[in-house]
Amino acid sequence: MKRFQPFAMALFAALLVVAPLFLNTYQIDVLNSIGLYALLALSLNLILGEAGLFNMGHAAFYAIGAYASAILNTRYQIPVLWTLPLSGLAAGLFALAVARPVVHLRGDYLLIVTIGVGEIVRIALVNDVFGLTGGANGIFGISRPKLFGLVIRQPQEFYYLIWGFVALTIFLFLRLKRSRFGRALNYLREDEVAAEGSGINTDYYKLAAFSLGAAWAGMAGTLFAAKMTIVSPESFSFWESVLLFMIVILGGAGSIVGILLAAFLVIGLPELFREFAGARMLVFGLVMMVMMVVRPQGLLPASGR
Amino acid sequence: MEEFLQQLTNGLAVGGIYALIALGYTMVYGVLKLINFAHGDLFTYGAYLGLTLLTSLALTDRLGFILGVLVLVLMVAGLVAILGAILERAAYRPLRESPRLSAVVSALGASIFLQNTLMLIYGARFQVYPDDILPTATLNIFGLYLPLMRVLIVLASVVMMIALYLFIQKSRIGTAIRAAAIDQGAARLMGIDVNRVILLVFLLGPALGGVAGLMVGLYYGQVNFTMGWVYGMKAFTAAILGGIGNIPGAMVGGLLLGVIEALGAAYLSIAWKDALAFCVLILILIIRPTGLLGERVADKI
Repeated sequence: MKRFQPFAMALFAALLVVAPLFLNTYQIDVLNSIGLYALLALSLNLILGEAGLFNMGHAAFYAIGAYASAILNTRYQIPVLWTLPLSGLAAGLFALAVARPVVHLRGDYLLIVTIGVGEIVRIALVNDVFGLTGGANGIFGISRPKLFGLVIRQPQEFYYLIWGFVALTIFLFLRLKRSRFGRALNYLREDEVAAEGSGINTDYYKLAAFSLGAAWAGMAGTLFAAKMTIVSPESFSFWESVLLFMIVILGGAGSIVGILLAAFLVIGLPELFREFAGARMLVFGLVMMVMMVVRPQGLLPASGR
Repeated sequence: MEEFLQQLTNGLAVGGIYALIALGYTMVYGVLKLINFAHGDLFTYGAYLGLTLLTSLALTDRLGFILGVLVLVLMVAGLVAILGAILERAAYRPLRESPRLSAVVSALGASIFLQNTLMLIYGARFQVYPDDILPTATLNIFGLYLPLMRVLIVLASVVMMIALYLFIQKSRIGTAIRAAAIDQGAARLMGIDVNRVILLVFLLGPALGGVAGLMVGLYYGQVNFTMGWVYGMKAFTAAILGGIGNIPGAMVGGLLLGVIEALGAAYLSIAWKDALAFCVLILILIIRPTGLLGERVADKI
């Protein structure tokens, strides 16, 4: 099984590359949102999966990235893809600032605090904070992204932009996972006291994981803003955070392959069964409860080292 | 002054509701060291069950207002308590020995499941309590005109809190609950059936939470299937504020949070009302994580 995984992944990647040739616009659009959620879940995985920090306010960082892009683009006419590093920076710095005082909290307390942060950010967006966010209506009229002189407009074009970014993310995060940094995070997750005892600066690594994960979510926010050309607070509700949390747990915390699979299942399956769309969350809730009894490590858990 | 007193009493009414929900969180946390994320949704079930029973059985027509509401409270408390016990069996007992993350995820799953069951049964829209059966009278207390409903809610929540406090402090079963909260292993050695204590906690907490849901329905006149998580988060904040695991703490925290919120909405900004509770939550966890009256969590954070 283990030996076939690289082949399976290669086949999967090849399928993704040629997929737009065979699919209609609607199907490509579904794949685009799967790609965005995969990106967000991978960024959350850094915090929740690798470092074991329960973050259920990830939508806040996503929102800050999206709004940063939207504001920079509509007010200062900066091309939307140029805002990518800036929105990453904004989300990362915000995460650093809010996580600093609370990062030492254990498990479920951190979870509650991050829910609180997510809600405060959403309420701030609705209340048109600093007169920048446009209140409940949000910001519209974000210009189309341009790449090498080509205006990206069609879902097919976004498809390659989004999945290209996903591929880059997987490449970078795999390298990160195998690095000294990644090992430190895993150690932290498994046994914080032992990690600290062997000289790992736990607060530093926790904050680094938080900021990096948030920065990545912020960049996903840029892609979201570019794709939708409109951002509004309702796209960043508590349920987005729950959905992302679910994708990571379902796929297997720390497992990149598992998270990709879970993104396809959680976002893709409801599209296949549209007539049961209302029962989507019901099924997810049930799956979460059953999974924790039957297979708490997720569908495709990360292999131990 | 008039305005201030109105806001204060309104805050006390809402705070009483928070306190009743917070008791459920704090009791479960005391015994199991688990945040029961689905507790807020049991509260919503109380509100919806109350609505259904109120309209379908016409209790207030048959028995008069006071007796009718009393019977309604008992029915809602009983039904939600049974639901709480089922929840414990289905979602938490299989995970008693699992890592904390598993129990937390299962609790979240249960919360999502319960919430969406309600949505599928009743629909996503706000449900309105019939307004013709509720007393709209106002009381004149030393020149202050207060809605009767508000006074009743404050009184009822205080009575329930005192009853619970006496039960926990004075009765043998209450002693068993306190013993299990301090040290499950030792309690077991003393001949206390810890599983029954946990079951009892999951009957008592949801019963109070369900009644709180009914109160919200009667007080505001409308309920929504997602309201459980907002009230749940606020009640949890109240529990943390008072010191989680501490029963008088939950009561004080609830009332205090209700008053802070009401005054904040009146004098600071109504648009930021919901954010205020979350700010209180974050601040208290940073500054004094054991809460105002708490002493036990120090090792947990």
